[in-house]
Amino acid sequence: MSRIMTGARMVIEALRDQGVDTVFGYPGGAVLPIYDELFQQNDITHVLVRHEQGAVHMAEGYARSTGKPGVVLVTSGPGATNAVTGLTDALMDSIPLVVLSGQVPTFLIGTDGFQEADTVGITRPCTKHNWLVKDTAKLSETIHKAFHVATSGRPGPVLIDIPKDVQFAEDAYQGPKQIDPPRYQPVRKGDVTAITRLVELIEQAERPILYTGGGVINSGPGASQLLRELADATGIPVTSTLMGLGAYPASGRNWIGMLGMHGLYEANLAMHGCDLMVNIGARFDDRITGRIAEFSPGSVKAHIDIDPSSINKVIHVDIPIIGDVGHVLEDLLKIWKSRGRKVNTAALGKWWEQIEGWKSKNCLFYRGSDTIIKPQFALERLEALTKGRDRYVTTEVGQHQMWAAQFLHFDEPNRWMTSGGLGTMGYGLPASIGVQMAHPESLVINVAGDASWLMNMQEMGTAVQFRLPVKQFILNNERLGMVRQWQQLLHGERYSQSWSDSLPDFIKLAEAFGCKGAQVQDPKDLDDAIQQMIDYDGPFILDVLVEKHENCFPMIPSGKPHNEMLLGDAETQGAIQGAGAALV
Amino acid sequence: MNALNIQKGASSHSAYDLRDPNAQVEESHTLAVLVENEPGVLARVIGLFSGRGYNIDSLTVAEVDHTGHQSRITMVTSGTPAVIEQIKAQLGRIVPVHDVHDLTVEGPSVERELGLFKVRGQGDKRVEALRIAEIFRANVVDSTLESFVFELVGTPSKLDAFAELMRPLGLADLARTGVAALARGA
Repeated sequence: MSRIMTGARMVIEALRDQGVDTVFGYPGGAVLPIYDELFQQNDITHVLVRHEQGAVHMAEGYARSTGKPGVVLVTSGPGATNAVTGLTDALMDSIPLVVLSGQVPTFLIGTDGFQEADTVGITRPCTKHNWLVKDTAKLSETIHKAFHVATSGRPGPVLIDIPKDVQFAEDAYQGPKQIDPPRYQPVRKGDVTAITRLVELIEQAERPILYTGGGVINSGPGASQLLRELADATGIPVTSTLMGLGAYPASGRNWIGMLGMHGLYEANLAMHGCDLMVNIGARFDDRITGRIAEFSPGSVKAHIDIDPSSINKVIHVDIPIIGDVGHVLEDLLKIWKSRGRKVNTAALGKWWEQIEGWKSKNCLFYRGSDTIIKPQFALERLEALTKGRDRYVTTEVGQHQMWAAQFLHFDEPNRWMTSGGLGTMGYGLPASIGVQMAHPESLVINVAGDASWLMNMQEMGTAVQFRLPVKQFILNNERLGMVRQWQQLLHGERYSQSWSDSLPDFIKLAEAFGCKGAQVQDPKDLDDAIQQMIDYDGPFILDVLVEKHENCFPMIPSGKPHNEMLLGDAETQGAIQGAGAALV
Repeated sequence: MNALNIQKGASSHSAYDLRDPNAQVEESHTLAVLVENEPGVLARVIGLFSGRGYNIDSLTVAEVDHTGHQSRITMVTSGTPAVIEQIKAQLGRIVPVHDVHDLTVEGPSVERELGLFKVRGQGDKRVEALRIAEIFRANVVDSTLESFVFELVGTPSKLDAFAELMRPLGLADLARTGVAALARGA
């Protein structure tokens, strides 16, 4: 028996059938019928945002902390264009989102109608796929397909543009089980011959390394478990990209820290000096590789990735394995065990000695101070005071983000939400709200910089409205810290437009939003301030006044290979020259 | 580890990868892309090429299976071996793309293009144009006292050659369809 209903009702019905409990959105003329249906039900909570970009980042935070797709509802025209930054962010970081946008009625499309925009045209390059639904009969099927596309293979954002007349018209609703299985079915199992070849290499390798990325986390908690089993059973050192933090625990025996431009010295040197590199769900991003021509010159490289286009895109690999990380690791472990669990123990011992030598450089060293709060110190104290708690961390983008990645430690996947690929300032505050919606009882902290935080600060209103006790930990240096650092290194200390003039009083701002704020500038008061922030039962803004000119180290200057890291300010003179200066 | 003597690319599934993956020589490849015939699919393919800076030398598209909603895009593209591999992988990742075939490496194939050539001239030149058209087995599809329109089907290079010969004889206008291609054999 088919059920006849309006397109707007179908949207709600389909979301319910897909197990959606939360939608982030903002109403407008072209989505009024859907909002009317939302009003008449109680299964789906709608979070009213203050700006559509915030809605998409909230959905990203929700998705990354739960593993479920995030859902966004926006109106046509400006509603949809405001979502573009979030869509691009989700595409770059492979976050599953389903964005529903209203559109002017079909008979007005193409007439430059009020709040009309070519939404599918604008979002085509920033979604994994998108649809304009012109017929109510196809609406429910399209929504179910959209969830399938967003969550299978390499996850990503999808968008469904729904004209207003399609929302009003009636037709038969189709449930997820009534539609034909979608044709889009990415390969999940890896090629066993290639996996066996990789096992052979693992058995013999003298200096192996596991280079893990966000793909491990996207593959689900099972994949992280298998990664831990593999690393712990073989004793191979593990490093991770910014996106993959937590897949292997920071407290784990084989953890050697994050790699990349602001990664740890030992991790980058190990990448440079290894003889077998096993890339598990990472994509050789330019923040990781540094100078391509000198990237890990002596290693055999294996690459496990569900997206065939990631293979050989940047770095040529010797053993490509296309498949889901979880499936491939399961097969890999099975084969390795069946062949007798062999590793090159003697060589591995020496390899670890070498890594310990690099570790002794203590690359995260910074000069402490009694009078002013160093940003690194602030994060060390935040870590000390929140360690072991049920904690989720989001960040904005810049120096604070890198320091957070260096000084906060994650023992579980899905606990760390940061804008990696796109580097979207303004990501962290809304993302923290999305995380808190999914985990109302947990401690959710957004580590922010003053400049980034202002970019989406309107969402504090959302946090207050929905009583979401998100903690905004602002490292305030009154600068665009990373821009300032690059201007110091690259542009002769001419600090063009990189300071934050006329900053608001964050305490008064918190009060204006109806939450609480505090400021701290003496290192002695820092612990109490952090504790106050944690203990406060509601959203809280902690304005931490930090050293204004601190630089983020260690650092691989652009255009340089892994083994030419800068460890401190003394080494920065003329560090970036020639071709490197043109890179970002 | 070097003792393992792994040949670059040897473990890959495609025989094509046995070539030097880092070669900087540009190659021309003909790709057949089978796609779901849905709105915007051509825009996705073209957007991929412009967005990632790839070349399109020729492109044809038409529905080939009405009931199955399938269209076939035949495109000629050029790039280094690594770029060609990327293009194929990126095309494959577009959701409504069902299949990508590289006809240049998957064995022999036939390639055909149709061209319409308007040649203006009188006297000897006009006679010579007609004579050469006969040699090329081109058809005359329109004629006035001062002009011919020739229709020629053949490989792109045959069309190139014909155009070169017609140029001094008064080639005034030229329309080409772009390449359609199929693998040879059953």
